[in-house]
Amino acid sequence: MAPILEAHGLTKRFGKTQALDGLDLVAQPGRVVALLGPNGAGKTTFVRAVATLLRPDSGTLYVDGIDALRKPARVRQVIGLAGQFAAVEEAMTGRENLEMVGRLFGLRRKESKAAAVRVLDLMQLTDDADRLVRTYSGGMRRRIDLGVSLVGTPRLLLLDEPSTGLDPGSRIQLWDTIRGLVVTGTDILLTTQYLDEADRLASDVVIIDHGKVIASGTPAELKTLAGDDMIEVHVHDADLLPAVSGVLGRIGHDLRVDVPTRRAFVSADDGNTRLMEALRVLDQEGIAVEDISLRRPTLDEVFLTLTGKPAQTTDSPEQPASV
Amino acid sequence: MANASAITLPQNPRQASVNAGAGLWTSSLTVAGRMVRKFARTPQLIMFTTIQSALFLFMFRFAFGGAIKSGGALSYVDYMVPGFITTTIMWAGSGAAVGVADDVEHGFVDRLRSLPIPRVSVLTGRALADATLMLWSLVTATIFGFIVGFRLTGSVPRALAAFGLCVLFGLAFEWVFIVVGLVAGTAQSAQSMGLLVVPLIFLSSAYVPIGGMPPGVKQFGEFEPLTPMVNSVRNLAMGPDAQALVPHSTGYYIGMSLAWTAGIFVVFGFLAFLRFARR
Ligand SMILES: Nc1ncnc2c1ncn2[C@@H]1O[C@H](COP(=O)(O)OP(=O)(O)OP(=O)(O)O)[C@@H](O)[C@H]1O
Ligand SMILES: [Mg+2]
Repeated sequence: MAPILEAHGLTKRFGKTQALDGLDLVAQPGRVVALLGPNGAGKTTFVRAVATLLRPDSGTLYVDGIDALRKPARVRQVIGLAGQFAAVEEAMTGRENLEMVGRLFGLRRKESKAAAVRVLDLMQLTDDADRLVRTYSGGMRRRIDLGVSLVGTPRLLLLDEPSTGLDPGSRIQLWDTIRGLVVTGTDILLTTQYLDEADRLASDVVIIDHGKVIASGTPAELKTLAGDDMIEVHVHDADLLPAVSGVLGRIGHDLRVDVPTRRAFVSADDGNTRLMEALRVLDQEGIAVEDISLRRPTLDEVFLTLTGKPAQTTDSPEQPASV
Repeated sequence: MANASAITLPQNPRQASVNAGAGLWTSSLTVAGRMVRKFARTPQLIMFTTIQSALFLFMFRFAFGGAIKSGGALSYVDYMVPGFITTTIMWAGSGAAVGVADDVEHGFVDRLRSLPIPRVSVLTGRALADATLMLWSLVTATIFGFIVGFRLTGSVPRALAAFGLCVLFGLAFEWVFIVVGLVAGTAQSAQSMGLLVVPLIFLSSAYVPIGGMPPGVKQFGEFEPLTPMVNSVRNLAMGPDAQALVPHSTGYYIGMSLAWTAGIFVVFGFLAFLRFARR
């Protein structure tokens, strides 16, 4: 299948800031692609380039096979965009917002009414459909904003930090909705600050920093970049630590012992097999352990390894327009 | 990108589609429709400019009025109300600039620009709605004028022509304010840039005869677009008493103001278009 999105060597400069610096990205259809990167990495800039809102200085960009630099108007017929900040009319109801955008997508009056009903249901806003958006909560506003981008059943949906400001429950619902969209033929490119979101939702994760892709792959592939799995053994009695260390030292590498907490750690390339081995040997040698566990690197660690910056894992206050 | 974890998806019908998008007329009307609803449901937007202009009117009519002389047979209230009505387009317009900047700031403009519609319709729709709002301001300003004691001394058809001119000036100035809003980018800076209307209004012949202004200021007053506009409107509405106050004929002022109107419309319409089509 032809890629839904194909970018090569994209650059964009704002004054002294090189927002995109030779970005390459190819996304296959049927997948959710998450762009992950620290603040100022160029995520929004890339999304805006794909949405034909800004013109890259150089590079090539194809959306659903359409040349976005030569035929931006045709790209706008196949995309939906929900930007970083909710862009809905506060003085209109949720339904009116959806119907308005439906009309702009070229739907007839009746079709846009039907589309509004469909989207309201999808976004679980049917009960609040006829209230003015200015009376909505932050999360509802976010949902109606996402809904607006879905009125036209786009081939490629661009979501810039879709779950910022949603509570955990709404976030999980949003993930389900997004997965459902992929099945009906809408591919997703989303940016996120949340690693767990990328991990659980995306089929492919692209990590960018300073306007360049620094790593990409499935979440599982990326995690191998952060290093090996780690086996952790917790004993009841500190006197057992030397024996445990002896066993672990033969199984993996980089043994560490933390005496005050009575723990021993060892890294291993194939965690599952090594864990079984460790259990067997410890049992054979009659060493009683309190707890034994296998820890895989998280995307956080990948992120930290690659960018040298800790990922943001808590809600950050919204920054002023990075439009 | 690696495809290692690709799962085969159930072959649901792909619903995603190409959206034809609305034409220029439908999209302009839809964009304008949103604005009209916004105005109707946010009365404070309109009330602010209305109250502001009423305040100016009352101050000049009752507080300063006694100190300013029209310099001829025309009473001060009859002198200033035509000026007040004409310059209302500036207050209404600076409100529009704030609205445009607010839409830029909050991503609404981006959303519209990402839709499959002719991009100019975002501007034409806006201009259409703002024109409606301006008409409203002109009508209320006229009513206020009569309330504070203004009486027409020219002919009614000429007074209607004067009102028509105001609408025309407003339609042209509209584009200045759209450009200001687009350039400002935030409602707050649009608000401060909007203050530029103050010298234009008060250094024109709207409230005070230009003849008595110091040199330099006087030249500016004679040159700027509002002076011929105000003079045309005043001469048409008030007849000979007003004509006697200004050095040129009514035809001269109408010609000047139409030239300004056309110039402003072309230059700023083009700038708005450039600024907007750029990505
Ligand atoms: N219109 C603009 N004018 C000037 N600089 C800009 C503009 N847009 C973006 N930048 C700069 O380009 C860089 C990339 O910004 P971008 O908004 O793409 O980052 P981001 O990855 O989306 O960050 P965040 O996580 O904070 O949303 C930043 O340094 C930003 O300051
Ligand atoms: Mg961003």
